[in-house]
Amino acid sequence: MKRILSIALTATACASAGAGPSQAPGTAPTAAETTSVSRAQYASTYQRKTNPPVVIRNATIMTAAGQEIANGSIVLRDGRIVAVGPTVDAPADAVVVDGTGKYVTPGLIDTHSHLGVYAAPGTQAESDGNEATNPVTAEVWAEHSFWPQDPQIPLAIAGGITTIQALPGSANLIGGRSAVLKLIPARTVQEMKFPGARYGLKMACGENPKRVYRQRGPSTRMGNMAGYRAAFIEAERYRRKWDAWNKDHKGDAPDRNLRNETLAEVLRGNIYVQNHCYRADEMALMLDLAREFGFRIRSFHHAVEAYKIADLLARDSVAVSIWADWYGFKEEAMDGIQGNAALVQQAGARPVIHSDSPSGIQRLNQEAAKAMHYGQRAGIEITRDQALRWITLNPAWVLGLDSLVGSLEAGKMADVVMWSGDPFSVYSKAVQVYNDGWLVYDRNDPAHQPRTDFELWQVLAPGSDR
Amino acid sequence: MIAVMLAQTIAITGGTVYPVSGPKIDNATVLIRDGRIAAVGANLTVPADAVRIDASGKWVTPGLIDGGTEMGLTEIGLAPGTNDQRLQGNEVAASFNVAEGINPASTLIAITRIEGVTTALAAPGGNALIRGQPVLIDLAGETVEAMLIGRSVGVVAELSESSKEAGGGSRAGAAARLRRVFNDALEYGRRRTEYTRAQMQELAAPAADLEALLPVLRGQRPLIVVANRRSDIETALRIAQEYKLKLILAGTAEGWMIADRIARAGVPVLVQPLDNIPSYDALGVRYENAARLARAGVKVALLETDTHNARNLRQQAGNAVSYGMSWDQALRAVTLAPADIFGVAERYGSLESGKVANVVVWSGDPFELATGVEHVFIRGREIPLRSRQTELFERYRSLPPKY
Repeated sequence: MKRILSIALTATACASAGAGPSQAPGTAPTAAETTSVSRAQYASTYQRKTNPPVVIRNATIMTAAGQEIANGSIVLRDGRIVAVGPTVDAPADAVVVDGTGKYVTPGLIDTHSHLGVYAAPGTQAESDGNEATNPVTAEVWAEHSFWPQDPQIPLAIAGGITTIQALPGSANLIGGRSAVLKLIPARTVQEMKFPGARYGLKMACGENPKRVYRQRGPSTRMGNMAGYRAAFIEAERYRRKWDAWNKDHKGDAPDRNLRNETLAEVLRGNIYVQNHCYRADEMALMLDLAREFGFRIRSFHHAVEAYKIADLLARDSVAVSIWADWYGFKEEAMDGIQGNAALVQQAGARPVIHSDSPSGIQRLNQEAAKAMHYGQRAGIEITRDQALRWITLNPAWVLGLDSLVGSLEAGKMADVVMWSGDPFSVYSKAVQVYNDGWLVYDRNDPAHQPRTDFELWQVLAPGSDR
Repeated sequence: MIAVMLAQTIAITGGTVYPVSGPKIDNATVLIRDGRIAAVGANLTVPADAVRIDASGKWVTPGLIDGGTEMGLTEIGLAPGTNDQRLQGNEVAASFNVAEGINPASTLIAITRIEGVTTALAAPGGNALIRGQPVLIDLAGETVEAMLIGRSVGVVAELSESSKEAGGGSRAGAAARLRRVFNDALEYGRRRTEYTRAQMQELAAPAADLEALLPVLRGQRPLIVVANRRSDIETALRIAQEYKLKLILAGTAEGWMIADRIARAGVPVLVQPLDNIPSYDALGVRYENAARLARAGVKVALLETDTHNARNLRQQAGNAVSYGMSWDQALRAVTLAPADIFGVAERYGSLESGKVANVVVWSGDPFELATGVEHVFIRGREIPLRSRQTELFERYRSLPPKY
């Protein structure tokens, strides 16, 4: 447990580009200390909420770590999973939950959400996802748009989601930083920021940027490529300046430039690239772009043609965040097929089922089930554990959090969902959702059905059946 | 050639048959002849020349009907050249019948039918006050004529935050404009001769659109009103009562709030179960809507409104069950109920002798995600389970592909 925490703290330091103020009292501030870059940048104020220890007994435990345990039990204490197995020792003060007929999985993770940045009720006033004023806006951060009172948040929680990556939209070549959030009710986005999580950088290929910027450019796919390259060339120069200054802090600090600061962190490997890209040929070009500048793409998003280059994706260890069956809403989505996840899995690459939708996020389990069954019916061997990983451990990897969440293993964060039945059945629903050990949602207990401010008075249906 | 195929007799044997019109029948046979269902029952004699389809261990249902699509009218969402579902520049496009905009070669048709949806409403889109006339089509056939089931299902209108622009920006204006158009259509119907002689004041819509409204205003064809906010639904009910219309409500997100009233009015509804994202057009939208309406006695048909994924109609139905509909109600809501609502129940929606042989054999419960389609019959002909998507899948199943 300690080891995991220390990893988390190190990651924080990396991701925020400077570990915060370290000035000893009584000493004159140095040049470095008078520069904002070294201070905390909108730091996470997340705090685990206390919950008595919980033991769920006699449930089918789907671990996403290779095992499905019939009549198993799981113990949660102080925000951690402390035991999983056919038999467990539960603390005397543990709340005992009867899991007979129920299934338990890790909390679901969505790598591609616009909750909070495209909030309901969906008016122009809540449209905060695309800073569509310039094709490169690496300087914007999704967390600065995120509205914690988005009434879509409780709906996603009721669907078993415990962590999301909230992304800027795909209008821009480089759309800005993502926010990796614990999905819990909160007053501020800082309270939701997953401690230690790295930022992602949203990039977008293809139709969207060239459609949005047709007049000023880019207006072609080759224009898109030139745009990414120009941005990273500038960032290389910026990185060199800062790296030189950081060695001895001599003279004035270089000017801060938020756009380049984010891109330099990508070049340093501290921010993960999350790349909206549909077509196989474009993904192959983006892999070469990453090689040109020495960074890695962590996941392609949407990637409806991933199955065409599954071997390349496996070779470069790039995940794909995809839908079970969306296709055809635009030309670059024409070749989407239901076998995408299965073929990517077969090739040894890493599929993730994502939502990109406030509706779809409420049933990622059903979407994974459709993709799994399609593959199985076509004769491709997909295990239930693999399919569960498409919505748990694999997205955790995409966010760099797979050592902390994504599977039911002792020592991991207690992000746990209990389902009314097999989560791969259309008839099953999340009954209890634990986030970091806290019972954030209980379908049978109105005391654990959070509602946003927006819902008060005007959204009449209670949380249990919406 | 076609005659030979139609003459074929097919016997689907040994399956658990859900006729919808009656209780399920174990180990039953569905006999298909000349494109129609010839018989359904447990102890049928199978003619010697019949092609046998072994359905033991399988479930057999009528083909599903999705009343919420723009099938054949859209290929690629963002490619305008492939979209024919909306008539621009006419807010009261009552005479706009979509039929000749349908592309029988659309790739979506095969993608949809191989997952058990055999019939769809091809509906006009957009947000006009009066959108036009939808048609019902079977998802097989090389020409529009071959696919069509009837010439028109009725007229689609909309009362919502989007369509109120047609009324000057107010819902009250939209309702008033609708009444003006209806009044003028009635007036036009009474005084056609004077209209032709230009002896009438200018009417609220072109003659063709007024003409197209007459069957609706005479109660011969339904008016389908898309309305989601409770007050909009109530406006639709009020107008329908004033003009004695045969009303169908669509969307109906806040219908659950006045389920009893809708039931008393005898108005059927078309509902997409998996809608619960609040907007100012429907803050009360919830998953339980379909179940609550059905429980109140409203005739409910379930929709999947994403045309590309109309195949997910069964997932919609499964979720409706999950949120309170009975399984039997849900199956009816994707078969016989839509057939009835769209006026074709004598020929569609159930497995009964004499009905059009749209039949699906499933590996299990059609609503379950693990279930696959084993056989699809449309108008008595077996449909190969292939589509552009299965071809892509096979091509890239092992890499590199063979081009």
